[in-house]
Amino acid sequence: MAEPILELTDLRKSFGALKATDGVSLTLLPGEIHALIGPNGAGKSTLIKQIVGEIRPDSGTVRFMGQGIDALDVAARARLGLARSFQVSQVIPDFTVLQNVMLAVMGAQGRVFRFLRPALRDPGLTEPAAQHLEAAGLAGREGVKAAALSHGERRKLEIAMALALQPRAFLLDEPMAGMGLEGAQQLTTLLSDLRAKAPILLVEHDMDAVFALADRISVLVYGRLIATGTVAEIRANPEVQRSYLGEEA
Amino acid sequence: MRREAILDIAIFALLVLFALVAFATGQNFAVTIATKIAILALAGVGLNLALGYGGLVSFGHAAFFGIGGYVTAILASHAANYEPLAFGLPGTTQMLVIWPVAMIVAGIAGLVIGALSLGTSGVYFIMVTLAFAQMLYYLAVSWPAYGGEDGLSFYVRNSFPGVNTLAPVPFFAICASLLALALLVSACLTRSRFGLALQATRQNPMRTTATGIRPFPVRLVAFVISAMICGLAGSLYADLNRFVSPASMSWHMSGEIMVFVILGGVGRLAGPIAGAAVFIALEQLLGPVSDYWLGLVGVLLLLIVLFAPGGITGLILREKRHG
Repeated sequence: MAEPILELTDLRKSFGALKATDGVSLTLLPGEIHALIGPNGAGKSTLIKQIVGEIRPDSGTVRFMGQGIDALDVAARARLGLARSFQVSQVIPDFTVLQNVMLAVMGAQGRVFRFLRPALRDPGLTEPAAQHLEAAGLAGREGVKAAALSHGERRKLEIAMALALQPRAFLLDEPMAGMGLEGAQQLTTLLSDLRAKAPILLVEHDMDAVFALADRISVLVYGRLIATGTVAEIRANPEVQRSYLGEEA
Repeated sequence: MRREAILDIAIFALLVLFALVAFATGQNFAVTIATKIAILALAGVGLNLALGYGGLVSFGHAAFFGIGGYVTAILASHAANYEPLAFGLPGTTQMLVIWPVAMIVAGIAGLVIGALSLGTSGVYFIMVTLAFAQMLYYLAVSWPAYGGEDGLSFYVRNSFPGVNTLAPVPFFAICASLLALALLVSACLTRSRFGLALQATRQNPMRTTATGIRPFPVRLVAFVISAMICGLAGSLYADLNRFVSPASMSWHMSGEIMVFVILGGVGRLAGPIAGAAVFIALEQLLGPVSDYWLGLVGVLLLLIVLFAPGGITGLILREKRHG
C-alpha cells in the first residue's frame, strides 16, 4: 500500500463534556478522494480545523507527507501544501479575482515582503495566477471583483486559490453547499479532475456527489468514526444505514 | 483607478497652488497654514497605511508624532546649549540628521507598541494603542529636563543645506516635498506584494492565513512604517512651531490624525490631504467666530461616516458603497 499523504492517529478533542473528536484515525492516500460524511454536529468541521492547525487536538498526531506537523501553525501547514476551502466561501471581497489568486501564489512562494514593484506587473505572480484560474474554469473573469461573483464562481475561485498553493492535499469543506443542480454537477467534474493533482479529503452532505466522487468514505458520528470503506461497503454497512443513511431515506 | 490617480495629483497640486497664491499676494500667514496642512496630512498618510490599508485602528499614533517632535526639539536644544546628549554625542540643528533620527526612534517605538498590541483586535487594539500613547504623554509631562508640561521651545528653526528654512515658502517646499515623497512611497507599498498581503489581512485574515501568509508580521511592518512617517511629520511640526509640548502626544492629537484620514477617505492615497485641509480650513474660518467650531467638525464627521464612508475623496469619485 502506498504511503499515506495525510495520516491522523487517535485524534481527540473535547469541549467541556462534549467529545467533538473521539479517537479518530484516518488516512488520505495518494490519488484518492476520501469523503468524510456524518450528520450535523458529528464533528466534521472540528476535525478539519485540527488538520489545518486552527484548533489543537487534546491528544493524537497529524502527519503530512511523512512528517509530524503538530507543532506547525495554520500558515506553515498551508505552505507545506495543505490547501483548504471553507464551508462558507472565504475570498478577499474587494480584490479582483486575479488578485485573490495572486495572493495565494504569493503565500505559496513565501515571498511577501517585497515593497517596490507593483504586484500586478509581477509576472511571477500574475502568470501562475492566470493558469490556476483557467484550471478552475474562471478564465475571462480575472478583472471582476470577488464580491461581485456568483456563489458558484466563488467556489471556483476558492479552488483556484487552493491550486495556487501547489497543494499536496486538498481539504474541501462542503464545496457543494448552496450550489444549484447544474453548479453541483460542474463542480463534481472539476473535483474529479482535481484528484489527479492531489488527493482530496472531502467533507460533504450532498450524497450524490459523494457517491459519484469518493474512492473511500468515512462516516463520523458523535466524534467517532463508525466505518471506513468503499462506496459499496458503506452503502451496505448496517450501522451506517441506521445512524446516518437511514435517516435520509 | 486612473481617475483616482488624477484626483490624488489634483488635491496635492491644489495645496501647492494655494501656498503659491498666498505667497504671491504677500500673505505669509496663509503659506504657514498650507505648511501646517502639509505636515498634518503627512501624519495622516502615515496613519492611513495602518488604519486605511491595514485596518489597524490605532488610537495612539500621536505617540509617534510626539516622539518625532521631541527628538527634534531635544536635538535642537542640546545643539543650542552646546550640551552633549548621552554618550557624549552632540545635538544637531541639521534636518537631514534630525529626520532619520526622529523616524528611527518613532519606528522603534512603533515596533515595541505594535508587537505588544497587534495580538489584540477590535476595541482592545484601540484601547491598548491609546494606553501606550497616554503613557508616553505622561512621561513627557513628568520629565522636567525637557520642559515637563510646559513643553520645550527652541528659538531657531533647524537648517537644511542651501535653504533658508525660516522663510515660509522654502519651509513649505520642504514639507510639501516630503509629503509628495510619502505619497509616492505609500502608493508603491500599497501596490506591492506587501500591500496586497496587508490589504488581504484587513479584509479576511482567515483566508490570508489559509493561503500561507501570517498576518502578524505583515501588520507589524505596516505599523512600524506608519509610525516612522508620523515621526517625520512630528519632527516637521516641531520645526514649524519651534516648540513641542506633551499635547502633541495626547489622545486629542491621535483623534485629530484619525479625523484627517476619515474625513478625507479611509484607504485613499490623497485622502489625508483633503481631510487635513478641510479640518484646518474650518479651524481658521470658524475658530475665530465660535469656540465651538469642533462641534461642527463633529457633525461633519458624523455625516461623512453615515452617508459617505469613502470620505471627501470618495464623494468626489462618487464611488458607490459596497458590501
